[in-house]
Amino acid sequence: MIPTVILLAPLVGAIICGFFWRIIGERAAKLVATGLLFLAAGLSWYTFLTFDGVTQQIVLLDWVQSGSLSTDWSIRLDRLTAIMLIVVNSVSALVHLYSWGYMAHDENWGHDEPYRARFFAYLSFFTFAMLTLVTADNLVQMFFGWEGVGVASYLLIGFYYRKPSATAASIKAFVVNRVGDFGFALGIFGLFYLTDSIRFDEVFARTSELATTNLHFLWTDWNAANLIGVLLFIGACGKSAQLLLHTWLPDAMEGPTPVSALIHAATMVTAGVFLVCRMSPLYEYAPEAKALIVVVGASTAFFAATVGLVQNDIKRVIAYSTCSQLGYMFAAAGSGVYGAAMFHLFTHAFFKAMLFLGAGSVITAMHHEQDMRNYGGLRKKIPLTFWMMMIGTFAITGVGIPLTHIGFAGFLSKDAIIESVYAGGSSYGFWLLVAAACMTSFYSWRLIFLTFFGKARGDHHAHDHAHESPWVMTLPLVVLALGAVFAGMLWYNDFFGDHHTMLHFFAMTEGEGEHAVSMGAIAMGPGMHVLEAAHEAPTWVKVSPFVAMVLGLLTALTFYVWKPSLPAIWVRELQPLYQFLLNKWYFDELYDMLFVRSSKALGRFLWKRGDEQIIDGSLNGVALGIIPYFTRLAGRAQSGYVFTYAFAMVLGVAALITWVSIAGASH
Amino acid sequence: MTQDLTTILPELLLALYAMGALMLAVYTVKDGMTGFLTWATAAVMVALAVLIGTREGSATAFGGLFTDDAFARFAKVTILLSAAAVLVMSQSFMAKRGIARFEYPVLISLSVVGMMAMVSAGDLMALYMGLELQSLALYVVASIQRDSLRSTEAGLKYFVLGALSSGLLLYGASLVYGYAGTTLFSGITTALQGELPVGLIFGLVFMLSGLAFKISAAPFHMWTPDVYEGAPTPVTAFFATAPKVAAMALIGRLTWDAFGGIPGQWAQVLAALSVVSMFVGAVAAIGQKDIKRLMAYSSIAHMGFALMGLAAGTAYGVQAMLIYMAIYVTMNIGTFAFILSLQKDGVPVSDIEGLNQFAKRSPGKALAVLILMFSLAGVPPMLGFFGKFYVLKAAVDAGMTWLAVAGVVASVIGAFYYLRVVYYMYFGTTEGQSQSRSSPMEAVALFGVAFVILAAVLNLFGLEPAAMAAAQALIG
Repeated sequence: MIPTVILLAPLVGAIICGFFWRIIGERAAKLVATGLLFLAAGLSWYTFLTFDGVTQQIVLLDWVQSGSLSTDWSIRLDRLTAIMLIVVNSVSALVHLYSWGYMAHDENWGHDEPYRARFFAYLSFFTFAMLTLVTADNLVQMFFGWEGVGVASYLLIGFYYRKPSATAASIKAFVVNRVGDFGFALGIFGLFYLTDSIRFDEVFARTSELATTNLHFLWTDWNAANLIGVLLFIGACGKSAQLLLHTWLPDAMEGPTPVSALIHAATMVTAGVFLVCRMSPLYEYAPEAKALIVVVGASTAFFAATVGLVQNDIKRVIAYSTCSQLGYMFAAAGSGVYGAAMFHLFTHAFFKAMLFLGAGSVITAMHHEQDMRNYGGLRKKIPLTFWMMMIGTFAITGVGIPLTHIGFAGFLSKDAIIESVYAGGSSYGFWLLVAAACMTSFYSWRLIFLTFFGKARGDHHAHDHAHESPWVMTLPLVVLALGAVFAGMLWYNDFFGDHHTMLHFFAMTEGEGEHAVSMGAIAMGPGMHVLEAAHEAPTWVKVSPFVAMVLGLLTALTFYVWKPSLPAIWVRELQPLYQFLLNKWYFDELYDMLFVRSSKALGRFLWKRGDEQIIDGSLNGVALGIIPYFTRLAGRAQSGYVFTYAFAMVLGVAALITWVSIAGASH
Repeated sequence: MTQDLTTILPELLLALYAMGALMLAVYTVKDGMTGFLTWATAAVMVALAVLIGTREGSATAFGGLFTDDAFARFAKVTILLSAAAVLVMSQSFMAKRGIARFEYPVLISLSVVGMMAMVSAGDLMALYMGLELQSLALYVVASIQRDSLRSTEAGLKYFVLGALSSGLLLYGASLVYGYAGTTLFSGITTALQGELPVGLIFGLVFMLSGLAFKISAAPFHMWTPDVYEGAPTPVTAFFATAPKVAAMALIGRLTWDAFGGIPGQWAQVLAALSVVSMFVGAVAAIGQKDIKRLMAYSSIAHMGFALMGLAAGTAYGVQAMLIYMAIYVTMNIGTFAFILSLQKDGVPVSDIEGLNQFAKRSPGKALAVLILMFSLAGVPPMLGFFGKFYVLKAAVDAGMTWLAVAGVVASVIGAFYYLRVVYYMYFGTTEGQSQSRSSPMEAVALFGVAFVILAAVLNLFGLEPAAMAAAQALIG
């Protein structure tokens, strides 16, 4: 019952808010949507805290019946779902509240133009779609939610539809995601083809068979588990903005800041990580796919961090930071420590949502100025926002006491990931992640120093009028800050720290025998060796992220506090590298050249030559040239003289007789 | 003997009625009786349709000359009802133009007797007798407007070419008789077993050519536009409906009852006639400026589609043909009810240009005509679509996909001129002059048919099972 309410409350909110706001008024509509979300969030926490770990399935209705494909719409409640429920609903509820303040006045809309109810309806609809995704009991249902969040994301990125850049960004997000979704869909088809089912329970029960099955695809025989694992991961890459399919995420910052916090930081973009963890029973039999995930994840973490170093737009810095942190999560999942991936997903949701909302608060204070070069010295003007951002930065950079389990949320979860990747045996991944940790620290502190320290830069009117945001915007920051501080310490043992607590937390039954896989809400390879190895990683490994963090902090201090002239010198000396990073490794330009222009050329060719000339041309030729010719011919034959008609009849008989004779002779 | 008379009771009754009506009018007020006779004839026809519709089983009379089965009954009911409908709806037109002669309902009755004999024929003699009875009455009816040059010309043309077609038919019949040694259909079937004499095939082709004239299938169609245009509109309406059903049913009768053993031989002839008719009907209609000529070419094309059902050479094909004919007749009654009402300054007109902006003058009628035209073109979900669907499916099921493809292409071309009528009515640029002044019965026919076309989507009013039973009875 409670899960059903949690799932449907946002949908009801979206419908009421979206379709009936004209009747009940904008304010009441917003109130309904926000109220229902807080109800869902409260129930989610209740469910999470009282949950015993045993998987429940709640059938809502009979959904698809077609041949051997038989699917219910049912809620699957296990530990993974419970975690996602609190992440999604807490952040969403707080973002709803925050939007009361952030969306109160918007220069993109006229005085009397209604847009707020639409915004809240989209937010609630997104939440419903995301909940459908995380509560899915089968792959098609998950795909439905997957596409639903895609639609919501498209609508919200393009919310300022009068801005060409926002429209372009929304289309880009949609199209890039389509590439990933194609992979996801192929993966679902493959699983259905091989197991004749799309229900998680039935698929998971047969994953060990898949490991020994071969599948013919693209002219080659592949190991089925690996192939499907890679295909599903392509889907995850699209949604979670991993390398090669990451280009949409920074552009998605065109949407209003609450959207960035909710969708493009805390929830939707983590759907890919969730997918990999959900399919962990499959990935445990797909070692090559897992290795690929580690490489892609670590590379993304590194790449995004390098780009984040030089960005000037406050939201873009955080966007690249998100991209980078998602890479961490994938690296952990690829190493087989899904607990650590989920742990980072969980803590990241708090501090990243908070950083975004804090950035939103700064942007509001500075009258929608987003360029950090025009900030500076805001510490005194907006002190609460400043302190909240500091907490967020402590969390993301991983401040804590080394070799203990005391620290901000990110300290515990990120260290868990780095230890897991080391234990997973990928030194490529390990070193990239440590380097990324150093850069994370640098760009996060750079953001703080540029924004809150130093002298005021840019338009002094904006600085003069800068003021602290209303309580509806600061309260969510405070609540999220609690999570950013304590979430790591409270749940460290459950997610990662302690073998037995974790077994209980995820309701895993330890597999018997040397090669058995432990199954539960997540699966873990033979004997859970990776986890043990991660716990027993050498001291230098455990300290390395902390050292990297301190290094990044010191560099940032040098560059932006102690010697503010340094950045300009470096930019001058290392101009090519700077341009390379500033232009995001030229991915957009490359894609434009490779895909966008060639598609446009192909489209233009098919349109002009194919459609207009060949199809239209031939049809018009027949319709306007040939048929009228025959019409004239028939008109001329119709002379009005009886002898002509009689002659035609005789000819007809002769022709029929001739034809029958010839055809009859051939029998 | 009594048994035989019971079997032919409906034909007997109608023939007696026709003679009685003739006597009655001649010895009383002559043309003053026309109105009464028209309604009485229609009533008798409907009553006979009910009588025939309630009969069951199958019987033969006069040693196999006459057959009464579900197939014949289906055709007869269609013929009787359509003839009654045309009679009733054309009464006021005839009266207004001063051509309401008492012979008209009598001649129609006699021609219907001939049609009923045709569809029940079990022998070449009976076939020819029914055909001539029908045709002779129609020759006279075509030129019933004696003081009109065009009407008499139409009658004469029809007569001369009809004589030629009768000649072809008789020549074929004599060939068949010469090779089979009998005129009975059952006897011909027996003669087909074993070695197939080529003379028999020639005879069959000649007979089919003669019958193709009656259904105006190309290339035996050329009389149709001239006669349709020249004859008074009520006569044209009659030409376009009942005789077509009778002749089409007769082709079914002849091919299956007499030549059912060699479907491969006649199927190719019918397929050829079908393709040529569909394309000639579609292409030639495009150039027409007169809506009656347009309907002539339209019926040529429709006959091509109906022939497609027969050409399939299957029971389903026969069923499809019967459904198609019933739908065709319904649509034509509605369309001609509209054409009958068209006039300019009290004079009947039939040019298409006159329909410009007709929707502004009479929106309700324009909508009904739109439905009719869409249905004639075969746009789903109108009734006409289902007719086409059945025959196309029959052709595809029988492995004649090429024929079905040709049919679809032809119907695309044909859609042009039906839609052009709609275009003129709704989007015409100049103001047309035609007005539509419907008599009550014309309005009933027009709107009734338009309603039927839309409502029949549900289950075709039980047409399908009846047609299926009829087809089963024919193929046996």
